[in-house]
Amino acid sequence: MPTVGVKRDLLFKALGRTYTDEEFDELCFEFGLELDEITSEKEIISREQGDSKASGASDIILYKIDVPANRYDLLCLEGLVRGLQVFKNKLEAPRYRRVSPVNGEPQKLIITKETAAVRPFAVAAVLRNITFTQERYDSFIELQEKLHQNICRKRSLVAIGTHDLDTISGPFTYTAKAPGDICFRPLNQTKEYTATQLMSLYKTDSHLRHYLHIIEDKPVYPVIYDSNGIVLSMPPIINGDHSKITLKTKNVFIECTATDVTKAKIVLDMMVTMFSEYSVSVQHCFVLCPPDSESTEKIAQLLTRMCLRSRATGVGDEIEVEIPPTRSDVIHACDIMEDAAVAYGFNNITRTTPRTYTVAHQFPLNKLTELLRQDLAAAGFTEALNFALCSQEDIADKLGKKISETKAAHISNPKTAEFQVARTTLLPGLLKTIAANRKMPLPLKLFEISDVVLQDETKDVGARNSRRFCAVYYNKSPGFEVIHGLLDRTMQLLDVKSARGEGYHIQAADDPTFFPGRCAEIFVQGKSVGRLGVLHPDVINRFELTMPCSALEMDVEPFL
Amino acid sequence: ETIFPLNGSSMADTGVVEALLRRVEKVDDGVDSLEVATSLELDHQVIVGAVKSLQAVGDVISAELRSSKHWELTDEGREIAEHGSHEARVFGSIPVEGLPQSELMKLSFGKIGFSKAMSNKWIRLDKAHEGGPRIFRTVESIEDQVREKLLLLQKGNASQLEEKEKNELKKRKLLSEVTVKTYWIMKGNSFSTTVTKQETELTAEMITNGSWKEKKFKPYNFEAMGVAPDCGHLHPLMKVRTQFRQIFLEMGFTEMPTNNFIESSFWNFDSLFQPQQHPARDQHDTFFLSDPALAHDFPQDYLERVKKVHSEGGFGSQGYKYDWKIEEAKKNILRTHTTAVSARMLYKLAQQKFTPVKYFSIDRVFRNETLDATHLAEFHQIEGVVADYGLTLGDLMGVLHQFFTKLGITKLRFKPAYNPYTEPSMEVFSYHEGLKKWVEVGNSGIFRPEMLLPMGLPEDVSVIAWGLSLERPTMIKYGINNIRELVGHKVNLQMVYDSPICRLDS
Repeated sequence: MPTVGVKRDLLFKALGRTYTDEEFDELCFEFGLELDEITSEKEIISREQGDSKASGASDIILYKIDVPANRYDLLCLEGLVRGLQVFKNKLEAPRYRRVSPVNGEPQKLIITKETAAVRPFAVAAVLRNITFTQERYDSFIELQEKLHQNICRKRSLVAIGTHDLDTISGPFTYTAKAPGDICFRPLNQTKEYTATQLMSLYKTDSHLRHYLHIIEDKPVYPVIYDSNGIVLSMPPIINGDHSKITLKTKNVFIECTATDVTKAKIVLDMMVTMFSEYSVSVQHCFVLCPPDSESTEKIAQLLTRMCLRSRATGVGDEIEVEIPPTRSDVIHACDIMEDAAVAYGFNNITRTTPRTYTVAHQFPLNKLTELLRQDLAAAGFTEALNFALCSQEDIADKLGKKISETKAAHISNPKTAEFQVARTTLLPGLLKTIAANRKMPLPLKLFEISDVVLQDETKDVGARNSRRFCAVYYNKSPGFEVIHGLLDRTMQLLDVKSARGEGYHIQAADDPTFFPGRCAEIFVQGKSVGRLGVLHPDVINRFELTMPCSALEMDVEPFL
Repeated sequence: ETIFPLNGSSMADTGVVEALLRRVEKVDDGVDSLEVATSLELDHQVIVGAVKSLQAVGDVISAELRSSKHWELTDEGREIAEHGSHEARVFGSIPVEGLPQSELMKLSFGKIGFSKAMSNKWIRLDKAHEGGPRIFRTVESIEDQVREKLLLLQKGNASQLEEKEKNELKKRKLLSEVTVKTYWIMKGNSFSTTVTKQETELTAEMITNGSWKEKKFKPYNFEAMGVAPDCGHLHPLMKVRTQFRQIFLEMGFTEMPTNNFIESSFWNFDSLFQPQQHPARDQHDTFFLSDPALAHDFPQDYLERVKKVHSEGGFGSQGYKYDWKIEEAKKNILRTHTTAVSARMLYKLAQQKFTPVKYFSIDRVFRNETLDATHLAEFHQIEGVVADYGLTLGDLMGVLHQFFTKLGITKLRFKPAYNPYTEPSMEVFSYHEGLKKWVEVGNSGIFRPEMLLPMGLPEDVSVIAWGLSLERPTMIKYGINNIRELVGHKVNLQMVYDSPICRLDS
């Protein structure tokens, strides 16, 4: 969820009153915001870079406010204030209209077909007669940045360019050209570069380098020219220096280029509505509110408090709701109903108990697991709980096996080796638990009943979980008889007799995880369900252990 | 031979104990242990041992620890008490005809004794004597007072000497003052000069032959801890899981089969109306699989309806209006929430004649997130779902109230929130009495029509749901600050051994 930082005093001035921290926190809570932190620039710098860097920084109090991820209209001071003022009935819900310039034709942005290969969509608007102050200007830039980071998905979906309209002349052309053919002076540089040169220049730029990958490998790069061939921007990387906006800018040309046209329109609407009295577009939609204890008039009033101008039409329970361009999150009647509920106050709604009559059932595999766990603890073994993800090494090399034999599911984007695969066996986790608890008195007797993941072509996702039971005994002597005894006890609990054929039996097996001649396979009704034995000294060493260890691992699902 | 059980390692001799008891018997107002040692000619520590063993058997004697100052001879002092003072030995070694000074100085006590004997005027030195300086006696006999005083002290009769005299001997380093801890011993309430043997434990033999009736038993030390039972232990997180399962079952919720960690993006995201560009579907937030990379076998007409509601809208929705791609939906991931299973269950439910259901699950979910003291790449999600005709927001809050009451949480309030697949969405806060503030305890909402209607559920059915993590309440319950001490191989086994049973409502 995005966080917006606003200066407290500026916020209170705009809201027309002051609040205590508690009062403001309460207001946020009701409206669906969260006052996350009360801080200052000085405090932030001092926390991140040390006290010495913070001296001289501003100690004006900042409110850090968490905003829901779909409410792009609350990402700046202007939008927050508008939302809260309307909510508190101090301001009428604004109505936005698009207007044409007093003299002459609207500006035009011509999109050429070359853009289809790289970034096919663009929308634009003009903000006229704007008066910037330093604070408004900062907020304008900050809003662009917030939109870029959130809805624009780090400029990959949408990139915003803002320009001083009085330095350029339309009509504008949005096209795409080979990088070598684009040449201009980029923002805050002193000379001209080709697009190819720019890409290498920004390789080391701490901010811009994150966006290069969006167009880097494309044959052509997007670019916007004015009618005199001046470059406005090379989206989504950088604007031209020529048209940059300043505090003196009066008319702002805003362009949004995109790979998703719906998002581009939302972003443009946000930029324009937040900073202008002029409007771009109005969407209408009619909804039927379901009958409720509240009257249709009351609901219309509630909705209006949420910036959704509404009125009862007089036809049944029908309410007409106008959805302003700021409220791109409203796409269904249920979104409007939520706003009615927020304005009414969630905590004012009467709590009721649904009369849904149902009979509960346990998932049989979980029921069996719960019962077994209790009795395994009663048998003297302590339960461990290990991660389902681990390294390839844990389930293969360390156990003396090849990764190709494991049927493991592999993760494509692990941040560290700990998350390379889903585990195919519970044994490594238990051995690592012992290694981390070597200071504990011996013997260590551990068990785990949990799921491993195995590739399985018969499943829609190509893999399935398999519930396992694993136990280890770690002491000065291997204690095979202890682990064997636990197997016998487990079979007793599962009501399986010791007998070849109908019951269970074990027989010698070869397995590189175990010491030669000290491993047996467990058979139930003739089918192999797992293995037990004394671990191979190499395995013990690889898990950084020093004492003999015996282990048992078997499937649980055959006993359902 | 009777052996007295002792707290210490040494054992007191019966003879000593009985001798001590006889001494105590004779005096009414008590006796000092050091005095007893002196009179019995035993080391004081032997008497102390006897006192302690008698204390251990009950109220035979009462012994009060006292400390007193006590004079003790130094090594030199003891030598003098035995052989005489240096000056007396000098006097004694001089014959009537005198002794050359050089001869005297060869003796060990010569040098010190000479000057002292000179100042006592017991001897004289003839420097001009023929053949070198020679020493002669000046008196016929002497009295060795230093030795006599030391002998008095050695016998414990310090009181017969003046303080001044003792200090003088101390100055000559013949005497030192030590602090002695002794017992003042008096008869106890059950005093007797003979002590019977105390039995340590009741035996089978005693029960058989009835001898326990005559025996006395050594008292137990109830201050000591017992022996820990040799048992296994359940993991605290699993103990809490058991309780949550129990709560859901008590409330009539049926457990969902969540044993499928690997899920397709389709069921994890698309079916929940979570758009394909949503940040949660990013490489930074979700674990994608390279093998098996893609899922197949989707219910085809349902998939078409999902595609349509995302890209064009429908079911009363404008949709997200973007180019929905099957390639994105096929991507396999480690599920990011158990709601993927809820989606499968609700789809399955929609394929038959609708009957109301209540479902729950508690199982692992995975996030490719930055790790810290409270976040791991995997955790357990608790989820509850109710599907019925005409469920309302009030119903959701009512069910949450019942659920949290079973956890011992009664003060709840709800904050509007955003969640891609629920509308309205509410974060659940409870008032924490310890922290004196409202803390988030879960998330909840009503599933969006864009999720339910493409599945084929009747239009007038609504589905309410909520979720929370299992780890957080467990950490609060068991006072654990670092999640790694709870989950994973770095677990503190001692904590597992020591953790109490889990009663969530107390």
